[in-house]
Amino acid sequence: MLTSAFKTMTGLLLSAWALPSMAALQILACEPEWGALAQELGGEKVSVYVATNAFQDPHRVQAKPSLLAKARNADLLVCTGADLEIGWLPVLQQQAGNPNIQPGRPGSFEAAAFVSMLEVPASIDRSMGDIHPGGNPHIQTDPRNIARVATALAQRLASLDPANDGTYRANHQKFADRWRTAIADWEKRAAPLKGLPVVVHHRSFAYLENWLGIRAVAQIEPKPGVEPTTAHLSEVLARLQSQPAKAVVRAAYNDGRGSDWLAERAHIPAVVLPFTVGGTERAKDLFSLFDDTIHTLLTVLQRVNAS
Amino acid sequence: MKVLSVMTALVIAPATACAADDPELRALREQITRLQEHYEQRISALEQRLMQAVPSPTRPSVAAQPMEEAQPAASIQPAAPRSAHGNANPNTFNPSVSLVLSGLYGNTSQDPATYRLRGFHLPADLSAGLAASRGFSLAESELGFSAQVDHLFLGQLKLALDANHQAATEEAFIQTTALPKGLTLKAGRWYSGIGYLNEQHAHAWDFVDSPLAYQAFLGRQFKNDGVQLRWLAPTDTYLELGAELGRGNNFPGTDRNQNGSGASAIFAHLGGDVGISHSWRAGLSVLSTSPRDRQWSDFDTVGNEVVNRFSGKSRLLIADGVWKWAPNGDASSTSFKLQGEYLRRTETGNLSFDTLGTSAGSSQSQLSAIQSGWYVQGIYQFAPEWHMGLRADRLNTGSVDYDTLNANLLRPQGSPTRQSLMVDFKPSEFSKLRLQLSRDRSQLGVTDHQVFLQYQMSLGAHGAHRF
Repeated sequence: MLTSAFKTMTGLLLSAWALPSMAALQILACEPEWGALAQELGGEKVSVYVATNAFQDPHRVQAKPSLLAKARNADLLVCTGADLEIGWLPVLQQQAGNPNIQPGRPGSFEAAAFVSMLEVPASIDRSMGDIHPGGNPHIQTDPRNIARVATALAQRLASLDPANDGTYRANHQKFADRWRTAIADWEKRAAPLKGLPVVVHHRSFAYLENWLGIRAVAQIEPKPGVEPTTAHLSEVLARLQSQPAKAVVRAAYNDGRGSDWLAERAHIPAVVLPFTVGGTERAKDLFSLFDDTIHTLLTVLQRVNAS
Repeated sequence: MKVLSVMTALVIAPATACAADDPELRALREQITRLQEHYEQRISALEQRLMQAVPSPTRPSVAAQPMEEAQPAASIQPAAPRSAHGNANPNTFNPSVSLVLSGLYGNTSQDPATYRLRGFHLPADLSAGLAASRGFSLAESELGFSAQVDHLFLGQLKLALDANHQAATEEAFIQTTALPKGLTLKAGRWYSGIGYLNEQHAHAWDFVDSPLAYQAFLGRQFKNDGVQLRWLAPTDTYLELGAELGRGNNFPGTDRNQNGSGASAIFAHLGGDVGISHSWRAGLSVLSTSPRDRQWSDFDTVGNEVVNRFSGKSRLLIADGVWKWAPNGDASSTSFKLQGEYLRRTETGNLSFDTLGTSAGSSQSQLSAIQSGWYVQGIYQFAPEWHMGLRADRLNTGSVDYDTLNANLLRPQGSPTRQSLMVDFKPSEFSKLRLQLSRDRSQLGVTDHQVFLQYQMSLGAHGAHRF
């Protein structure tokens, strides 16, 4: 009697213990765009926790206790890589006691490894600011990169969770088809943006610029990751006399003071692009992220052309 | 070759479009799209490079020049294919190297040579080392090496080079990365996981010096040679338990010539988020050591200096908490951190009084003491590159019983306190300039007004930030 009660109790306890991992593949996504992509590809087979939101500078996140707890239980990390998360991800990997998510293991997925990097510096030192030796890490602003990462991530999901291989394949196929159509549509709509000169806050949109042919003529930050000074802003303003820009563009997480200062004096609009999922109210998923980005830029162009 | 295959595929593709469901065809299409995308990107990258390389007649102006110079990263280069075998650099597997350089200027109204934190039975050399330094001095330089050893371990070494040409091994440990179930084992020399501040290296402190309570009960910071096991619970709320066994040769312990361990510690940490703007961590730790003949100098009731020794049990309890706020969890522009710790030490054991015979002659007795201390500090980031902070320190000499020697030995009196104000400027993540003003009343009846100016720079490998 007593032993059977004990057995039942142990069984219950064990099942409660094991439940979270049995339910779904636990994914810790470093940035919202990878969280959204993992959800698209994994559907009900995965449980996704996103470590950061669109209003946080992904360079400057801390390895806070809540993230350590999530890293402890994760089957898969989905991060940008290219040193974007160097200030906090290594701490999570070293202190979570989770062998699955160690660098180089299948449970550590780095999106940047699957795309062609832009702005890879030929030489580097810290006087240049916060530059990444592997290249500009903000790869998600080009939807063609998302497509590449999606293919690799779907494969990774299938290899980690072979039982649901079919679901991941089907989800990927569906996503890839929709995404291809969406890209064609975006490219058509964004055609007037080709050659659009803008001032950017940080080098956040290098891949977007490369995709749509937008020209970044100046930066608010004197150097990547370094806050603007009035002197630098004045210099940018002076430069805009000879090399005019149509707008000042920043990501949702950037401090708006520099952009607003410059926009007011240069008489051009300051715009906030979502940069990632959740960056604006309309950017609810990966599709609306680009819908909203292009819509915002087109609206600016119309306004500028009208005035 | 690739181009040719793309072109062939492009020609074939429309002809067979009716068989849209053919999986092979679909795969082929995908491949074409990918190739197309790839070439488009490369072509536009090349276009941009060309644009930058060829001086455009419309913008040879001098005004445009500095911008080009200011962004060396803006040149677009597609990454070389990453191959695991392509790199012949013999340094590939070298540990990453980090270096911290720090210098200090101090101005104190009291003579540091006479400084002594009394009433806490600190060994004389340790007590002297806690004194502030006057004038210009080189603060601790730290050299660190770390790397993954193999698929099971990582290793780390931190050397502290002090102003007096001495190098000390601050930390040298190996740590597992492959243990399952939230377990991590560390072996070697490490800063103990007790408290909040103890594990942080000096360059991560928010003030020039460590809190009085850390100085009085841990001799600044407690490091141990031994093993540490940590377990992170599989819960959504952060819960970490840890246990340590070690040599315990540092204060409050003493070196020993015995088998077994001289210091043990256990700790528990709990933490989480409140909304997206707040996060916190709280902890409880106990450090047990068994000092043998721990020597300190004190005064007898008539003011003669005497040297005493203590052998017994020392137990330190630490309660710590830290609360961080940043709007939307983004500390780029503004943030606030509130941090506090309470330390309580219980010591019982044998007291050898006046071992040098400078007072009433050596004799034996019992020592039993309960003493405590705390600090609270708040750090406010009032501009992206600027922080200011306030810290309040207090020690309670508490109840100290020398048993039969109560009439011979001066019992500690008063409550040492200190208030500090600091402002720091961090033009980047890697450099910091700090001004600190302190009113130090840690010696009975003496107020020391202190001013410190400090720089701290970190070079080399990008250190990750602990919470």
